[in-house]
Amino acid sequence: MKILVCVCQTPDTAAKIDFVDNNTQFNANGVTFIMNPTDEWYALVRAIELKKQHGGTVTTITVGGAENEQTIRKGLAIGADDAVRIDTNAADSYGVAAQIAEYARSQNYDLILTGKETIDYNGSSVGGMIAELLDLPYLSGASHLDMPDANTAIAKCEIEGGIETLSAATPLVISSQKGMAEQVIPNMQGIMLSRRKPLTVVAPAAINDLASVKVFEKPAPRSSVKLIDPDNAADLIRLLHEEAKVI
Amino acid sequence: MSVLVYIDHAGGNIKKVSLEALSYATKVAELTGAAGVTALVLGSAADATVAGLGAYGATHVLWANNPLFDNFDSGAFTKAIAEAAAQTGANLVVLSHNSRGKAIAPRLSVRLKAPLIAGAVSLPTLDGSALVVRKSVFSGKAFADCVLAGATNIISLNPNAYSVAKGGGSCSVSAFSPSVSAADFKITTVSVEKQSGDAVPLPEAELVVSAGRGMRGPENWYLVEDLATALGATTACSRPVADVHWRPHHEHVGQTGITIRPNLYIAIGISGAIQHLAGVNNSKVIVVINKDSEAPFFKAADYGIVGDAFEILPKLTEAVKRFKAEHA
Ligand SMILES: Cc1cc2nc3c(=O)[nH]c(=O)nc-3n(C[C@H](O)[C@H](O)[C@H](O)COP(=O)(O)OP(=O)(O)OC[C@H]3O[C@@H](n4cnc5c(N)ncnc54)[C@H](O)[C@@H]3O)c2cc1C
Ligand SMILES: Nc1ncnc2c1ncn2[C@@H]1O[C@H](COP(=O)(O)O)[C@@H](O)[C@H]1O
Repeated sequence: MKILVCVCQTPDTAAKIDFVDNNTQFNANGVTFIMNPTDEWYALVRAIELKKQHGGTVTTITVGGAENEQTIRKGLAIGADDAVRIDTNAADSYGVAAQIAEYARSQNYDLILTGKETIDYNGSSVGGMIAELLDLPYLSGASHLDMPDANTAIAKCEIEGGIETLSAATPLVISSQKGMAEQVIPNMQGIMLSRRKPLTVVAPAAINDLASVKVFEKPAPRSSVKLIDPDNAADLIRLLHEEAKVI
Repeated sequence: MSVLVYIDHAGGNIKKVSLEALSYATKVAELTGAAGVTALVLGSAADATVAGLGAYGATHVLWANNPLFDNFDSGAFTKAIAEAAAQTGANLVVLSHNSRGKAIAPRLSVRLKAPLIAGAVSLPTLDGSALVVRKSVFSGKAFADCVLAGATNIISLNPNAYSVAKGGGSCSVSAFSPSVSAADFKITTVSVEKQSGDAVPLPEAELVVSAGRGMRGPENWYLVEDLATALGATTACSRPVADVHWRPHHEHVGQTGITIRPNLYIAIGISGAIQHLAGVNNSKVIVVINKDSEAPFFKAADYGIVGDAFEILPKLTEAVKRFKAEHA
């Protein structure tokens, strides 16, 4: 089975978020980057488990510059067989998806996994866009994925108020979220091996972006908390009605 | 300008988030002087339900009353919506950023070559002929104002970002027969399991009562549930609480769980770690109840009570019941 896992890097959750150039660019200065959590813990780890079950290969793909290579090596240390980096900074989810689809088109992957969303731009779009570009079925936000054989995917996807169990034949695209696998910390052997695994850099295809960010803005800080005396807890309910107007 | 709204429903029950999307689209049409708002319904529903969309601003409904659409496949739905967009000459397609919307919108964006703002939180403003729409980025730590300048554009609206506006309008309904066949459905629904009982599902809830490790064990959750029931709220929890199975996983909010933005988020015995805040910091009003006055969550709160949840919760529940009785 040939599996492709889309991985990218994002600022660490605890990172301070700031913008430069009149709030049009994210300020990456001094920011620690991590592998996007849903890509790492769910998509990549589950892909490696499925490979153990059915044989085959797990390839990671990243659209971005050389600054992504530490993250990419981490994916190899966790257990991916090889990695592809498409050497361009895409402007939006469409740019990312179109680059990945162009690359994947000729490679006959059985399964393409993405994370549910990036924790920086929160697009939740790349997986669905790849599916449409390659005319494949798409399961969005799977929290479980089983493959009883190499040709059938059975996934659980959360919908509002319930969980659907869905099945589809390969090839297909699935976006992954919590529940699909447990976090794996790369061991020394994995880290040593990763240094010798292939990382192929591919030139980008010519693709135009669709949407663009005009300006970023940070939310106004909440005015300082209004403390209510615990002996008069009922006051809270009055304030929520009269002042905050939420009940 | 013409606006198309995709209406999501479950077995003919229209989702509240789709009424939000329709109300939003109606307002956008008004702001941009659009000719009308077409609502698109796919699958079986009652005549009156479909015709009732006029009250939320639809001037026209296209309805594919075809049982094929009672199964969901993002590819087949995308094909149908794209045909409806072509047929109505839509320059803007609006849908909810709910589970179905997240599966459909990116596909539709590719199919229509239309820029997509996924998870909009505001009405658009006009910049020349382009629309500028705000969305939340960096897990709630910032907003991005994004430009939509396509011939057709797509907005998926965050649940609870715009209130349902019901008026007295009516609409015409016409049959819609997209060229979608059984072969377009490549996904089989094996089973559907209901999760949240009678409460409003968490991603859609306006009022949320959430608790963390401060509750000390699942046997104490009746205190949280009593308050939630009295308020008509949905319950949520922090990650460690779901990890040790005190509460079901679908209640876990935060960076690795779900993101919500209710009107009211009451956090009880939750410290307010950054990864937790990432899932709730866009809530309109945040109330924190914690016995530690130094808990970081107080910095992100509008109202706070420093004290023991075990003493405060029963008092709050009583106060809510009294309030409800007075305002019944
Ligand atoms: C990569 C990563 C991702 C994560 N993702 C998430 C996520 O999605 N969601 C999430 O929630 N967490 C997440 N976490 C964990 C997060 O960092 C915190 O550890 C977690 O949110 C703490 O949960 P808590 O507040 O319930 O527990 P604690 O931090 O143990 O806090 C309990 C609080 O209860 C208060 N308390 C105790 N007794 C009482 C009482 N009787 N009355 C009132 N208050 C009382 C205490 O003062 C304390 O503030 C993540 C962590 C990492 C590293
Ligand atoms: N630059 C990128 N390179 C590779 N994969 C990406 C990139 N950006 C996003 N993805 C994948 O697409 C998923 C959804 O991203 P998004 O649509 O931006 O929220 C992520 O979880 C990744 O799996």
